[in-house]
Amino acid sequence: MQTQENKKWFLAGMRHGVPIGLGYFAVAFTLGITAKSIGLTPLQAALMSFTMHASAGEFAAMTVIAAGSGYLDMAITQLVINLRYLLMSCALSQKVSERVRFPHRFFISYFITDEIFGISSTVPGELNPWYTYGAACVASPGWVLGTFLGAVVGNILPANVASAMNVALYGMFLAIIIPPARKNKVIAVIVLVSMLASSIFTLLADIIPLSSGMRILVLTVVIAGIAAYVHPVEEKEANADES
Amino acid sequence: MNHNLYLYLLVAAGVTYLIRALPMTLIRKNIKNKFIRSFLYYVPYVTLAVMTFPAILDATTSTWSALTGFVAAVLIAYFDGNLFKVAMGGCAAVFIVELFL
Repeated sequence: MQTQENKKWFLAGMRHGVPIGLGYFAVAFTLGITAKSIGLTPLQAALMSFTMHASAGEFAAMTVIAAGSGYLDMAITQLVINLRYLLMSCALSQKVSERVRFPHRFFISYFITDEIFGISSTVPGELNPWYTYGAACVASPGWVLGTFLGAVVGNILPANVASAMNVALYGMFLAIIIPPARKNKVIAVIVLVSMLASSIFTLLADIIPLSSGMRILVLTVVIAGIAAYVHPVEEKEANADES
Repeated sequence: MNHNLYLYLLVAAGVTYLIRALPMTLIRKNIKNKFIRSFLYYVPYVTLAVMTFPAILDATTSTWSALTGFVAAVLIAYFDGNLFKVAMGGCAAVFIVELFL
């Protein structure tokens, strides 16, 4: 019975992982091209992608490598750029059942990327770890293979195809947040306010210099905090939204 | 100073993994505090919205094609919601607009 359930979730995850994998492939391809330009071999580039699964983090890592900065610089850079994952991890810790044991938590953590977190944290009800694994086993190869090929062949995609593929991941984010916003007015307002605030902070980048990672983190803490204060979620309500 | 590439990658991957794993493995109980529960419930929506806009406008070779892709993706997400259709619809809209630019 439980196996049956896990299998169902795994397959659903795989299905939802397909567009993520395609989007990853396109983004990782660019990553591979950059890796090649700073002198990484395709295997080294693929190793980096396999161990990190983080686009901004990997670009930053390559900047540190290219500059020949110290290991501490590398650690600090990664900490700042990837701090938002800390928050995502907190959110996911509440999305899985208390019964989910350490090994599962260990492996889910490995796949907390913006996209896989996005679909995992918004499934109806509790998160079955196998859903995340299903998505990851389709999406991760797209990421690693894309990096590898990008580093092998360099820039071969026609410019207009590459340009169009770049919105795939954003499209996915929208597919995750817009349907719940349609059903729930509070979420709709939150999405609008978030986009507006993000635009303002981007426009004011000269006055308030925040890296994009920090901007995401600060705005998330502030906006989700205000929303939680103004409109706390009732247990029943949260479940009703999600079903 | 000469740095070892694999040590660089180890540090980068190690820090990245710790950030992702610590809350997930340490917070084992369901948090009872209503404010924190609500906060964490809203986190994905805020984060994804902040990451999407206005960054999407710089993702393609022209702001106008990107804006069209954004609008197309929002509309498809609103009326259909299928992840794959939304992602590909956004790409298709960008591709078509760029043919005319």
